[in-house]
Amino acid sequence: MSRLKNKDTITSIALVAPSILAVGIFVYGFIAWSMRVSFSAWKGLLPDYTWVGLKNYIELFSDPRFWIDIRNTITFTSVFVIGSILLGLFLAVLLDQNLPGENFFRSLFLFPMAISFIVTGVVWRWLMNPATGTRISGFNQLFDAIGLDFLINTWHTTPRWGIAAIALAAIWQMSGFTMALYLGGLRSVPDELREAARVDGATELQIYRHIVLPMLNPVTLSALIILGHISLKVFDLIIAIAGKQLPLDVPAIYMWQATFDGYFFGRGAAIAILLLLAVSLLIIPYIIYNIRNEADL
Amino acid sequence: MSHKKFSWMTLSFVLVLVLALTACGGGVAETEDVEPADVTEATEAPEATEAPLAEGDQVEVFSWWTGGGEAAGLEAMIEVFAVEYPDIEFVNAAVAGGAGTNARAVLATRLQAGDPPDSWQGHAGQELIGTYVAANQLEPLNFLYEQEGWLEVMPETLIPLISQDGNIYSVPVNIHRANVLWYNPAILEANGIAVPTTLDEWFAAMDVLQGTDVIPLALGEQWTVMHLYETVMLASLGPDAYNGLWDGTTAWDSAEVLAALEDFERILAYTNADSSSLTWQDAAQLVVNGDAAFNVMGDWAEGYFRELGMEPNVDYGWAAVPGTGGTFQFLSDSFVLPVSAPHRDASIAWLTTAGSRAGQEAFNPVKGSICARTDCDPALFGVYLQSAMDDWASNIVVGSLTHGVVANDSWKVEIDNALGVFLAERNIEGFQAALTAACSSSGPCP
Amino acid sequence: MSSLTRRPRFHFRFQPRYLLYIPLLLMSVFYLIPMYVVIVTGLKSFDEISLRTMWTLPSGINFDNFVVAYQNLAPSLWNSINMVVPAAIISSFIGSINGFVLARWKFRGADIIFPILLFGMFIPYQSILIPLVEFMRTINMYGGLPGLIMAHVIYGIPITTLTFRNYYATIPKEIIEAARMDGADLLKTYRHIILPVSIPSFVVVLIWQFTSAWNDFLFAVVLTKPEFWPVTVALNNLAGSQIIAWNVQMAGALLTALPTLLVYIFLGRYFLRGLMAGALKG
Repeated sequence: MSRLKNKDTITSIALVAPSILAVGIFVYGFIAWSMRVSFSAWKGLLPDYTWVGLKNYIELFSDPRFWIDIRNTITFTSVFVIGSILLGLFLAVLLDQNLPGENFFRSLFLFPMAISFIVTGVVWRWLMNPATGTRISGFNQLFDAIGLDFLINTWHTTPRWGIAAIALAAIWQMSGFTMALYLGGLRSVPDELREAARVDGATELQIYRHIVLPMLNPVTLSALIILGHISLKVFDLIIAIAGKQLPLDVPAIYMWQATFDGYFFGRGAAIAILLLLAVSLLIIPYIIYNIRNEADL
Repeated sequence: MSHKKFSWMTLSFVLVLVLALTACGGGVAETEDVEPADVTEATEAPEATEAPLAEGDQVEVFSWWTGGGEAAGLEAMIEVFAVEYPDIEFVNAAVAGGAGTNARAVLATRLQAGDPPDSWQGHAGQELIGTYVAANQLEPLNFLYEQEGWLEVMPETLIPLISQDGNIYSVPVNIHRANVLWYNPAILEANGIAVPTTLDEWFAAMDVLQGTDVIPLALGEQWTVMHLYETVMLASLGPDAYNGLWDGTTAWDSAEVLAALEDFERILAYTNADSSSLTWQDAAQLVVNGDAAFNVMGDWAEGYFRELGMEPNVDYGWAAVPGTGGTFQFLSDSFVLPVSAPHRDASIAWLTTAGSRAGQEAFNPVKGSICARTDCDPALFGVYLQSAMDDWASNIVVGSLTHGVVANDSWKVEIDNALGVFLAERNIEGFQAALTAACSSSGPCP
Repeated sequence: MSSLTRRPRFHFRFQPRYLLYIPLLLMSVFYLIPMYVVIVTGLKSFDEISLRTMWTLPSGINFDNFVVAYQNLAPSLWNSINMVVPAAIISSFIGSINGFVLARWKFRGADIIFPILLFGMFIPYQSILIPLVEFMRTINMYGGLPGLIMAHVIYGIPITTLTFRNYYATIPKEIIEAARMDGADLLKTYRHIILPVSIPSFVVVLIWQFTSAWNDFLFAVVLTKPEFWPVTVALNNLAGSQIIAWNVQMAGALLTALPTLLVYIFLGRYFLRGLMAGALKG
């Protein structure tokens, strides 16, 4: 038995070793490279590894653009993550009622995920055209036609909150995914639990509130992580809707522009490292939760 | 578990194996042995170890001409090239997106990795010089200019803008004009407005329109604001002081620059509130649709108007941006010779075609631009382009900022940042201070 | 595996729950509006495209844009297929093996290896393009499809491992113990016990990797040379740098999305079943 166990341990290590090696190079090696560049004076095409310490970071924090980026990221992430989760949960609960035609609706809600951000971004730019009066178009024109004038607004050109309109497009794209996650979660809640509650005289609403929803916590956590990291890295969608414009700027766009438009390699790398730190803050609690959960098993 | 599922797995396993084997065999062979990170070292060993392909020579040309007239123009020029150099295979490595943004990112990664194409497209001027010449990536082309007699057929004022220390670094294929004012003739006539020629006339004309349904000046997303900004700077400062901004002889913190910025701020008041949601195409369309009176855009807008089926001098008219008459603010797409070009002779052959009259006459009428050479046949071009050809041959030539002629990329990005902050906060002193700082950190200012 | 229809369906009688169709249909409109614009624009001619007329139907049905788009995209479609199929399959197997090992065989450090692998999911890819291209060139994997496949497989390791590991964690220990009592070693247990019950997770991972590799633009554009460009790069190239023909662009987008849509339509129910079976759950 123990010989088998030893052999298995060796096999285990041999099986995961290639993955660890690959991730070691392609993830950690490259992160190390970015970190080194972020401490360098590299500007222009020629690599320049002159050590400048925290200069790039300090400059970023005194750069008004970077503060706008941080503000936008917080707004975007909040609206996108909360919106996708609520909408996904809402749709999942609706579909969980076993109505005829469930398959159709489910496919329809998953559908936007299949199309790339670059294309849907253009459509959303048209839909969210802020013009009014004779040039009215997009959603505003639609609202005007069906008498919902109070909904007419300036969408992504609204000062300060415009980025929330972009999050709407992202919700459209990703809420089907959260719907699928939640539907999977709902369907794995044992029927006996619901039945028992019904026998005790609980209403359907109470059953969801007190029995079903608490069981979905792990799903919510997974959704938070997946949506959260998509939102911190959002790039294509904003570029397609708004191009590179300061009011809708986010760190990923600034990083691209600093690196490839302006050849400020040091600054671009510093933004990347800060993004990664932000992501770590998000997922380290998740990993701890995961490991602790395992311990209970 | 069912037998069916298991056989599906087995099948996949076999498939993976087969694919993995073909994948290993199909790797792209690389014979060059260059230290990837060290660009300077790579430049010292040009084309040394690259074995020529069996079918003969090839030239890989990198550009962002992938769609519409640009791509068709490139195809036309490739045909000329194929006739002149039938033994050289042309590899078209064009990548589109974001006005060349994707293309330049791809190029930057390739150059970092020591894998340059044989030639690439860049905006003539500082975009090439400040970036690639500064990194020792380009070979001077004076020998080719002398051999082909190009110095006699290109405007004298152009040469210094594409040179550094007397060395010419690129072959301009086409010329676009940045300082063009497009207007709707019917709107102007209905409101009794003559085509303005000075900034004050322009302000007065737009004051007339301010109360009406018509947008006085149509504007698009941020880069089109920068385009407007550079033409207003030129109008307000005049060509000499404008040129001085870029060589350090006009101080960015001077009163005349402040006055120019005030003109710019005043002009923004006449623009549409939804500008940031419009592309340049959307904004230009407002003029021909009768929603706006004026638009400032490069003369590629003319190609767009034609594709929309509009007629010159009926649906749209044009003039130099008020205050810039007699000045041609240009931008140009050009091709370069990298020091480490894998196929140097083929690359020179391509550049020879690109600079030739036959090459430029094939390319430009299709693309909707004029030749960089002044000896192209006007009969090949439409009425707008003919007027541009006259101006190109006779006007003072200055360079565009937005399109890479006068400032290097780092400087341009810093100006763009300052402009973005200004659009959000409308603080003109802060704007001038940021512009002054940008000139010190990335431009020639002390 | 739980079934999708838990309760038996009854005859047609109005039930209050049918009122739920109202929010469902309203939401469907929200999901369909952008699709409507894509399709309508794809059928229009260039001079019909204007912000003001975005809702109007095209003046006539013509598929010219689709023909133009197809001609431009056809060569790259094959590149995409040749790239995506192996990338998705290899990814799945690697994920399955990693997930199995990390979920079941506890050796010292296994708890740390999982988070270390997982973290790779979160790096912003735009920031590592330069070292990526340099490294691929060093190992002679730059320029063709194998390098691109490799990148998708490696950057897919975190999500595929996560999915399989969470799924395998739900398999009762007893089953594996029993196999080991019979003297089966690790590989035998994997092949005879684990692999046959992995289908739901394989479907989830295959779909996920297929979609992300198919829609990827960034890695494709920096890692491959023109002759190996996948369809996303070709789609992007339909647009010029100055004048963009949105009609052709939309038509091309629909063509490009077709394979992913087919995968969703045909494998969608399995995808959901896989998610239900515990894959992708924390």
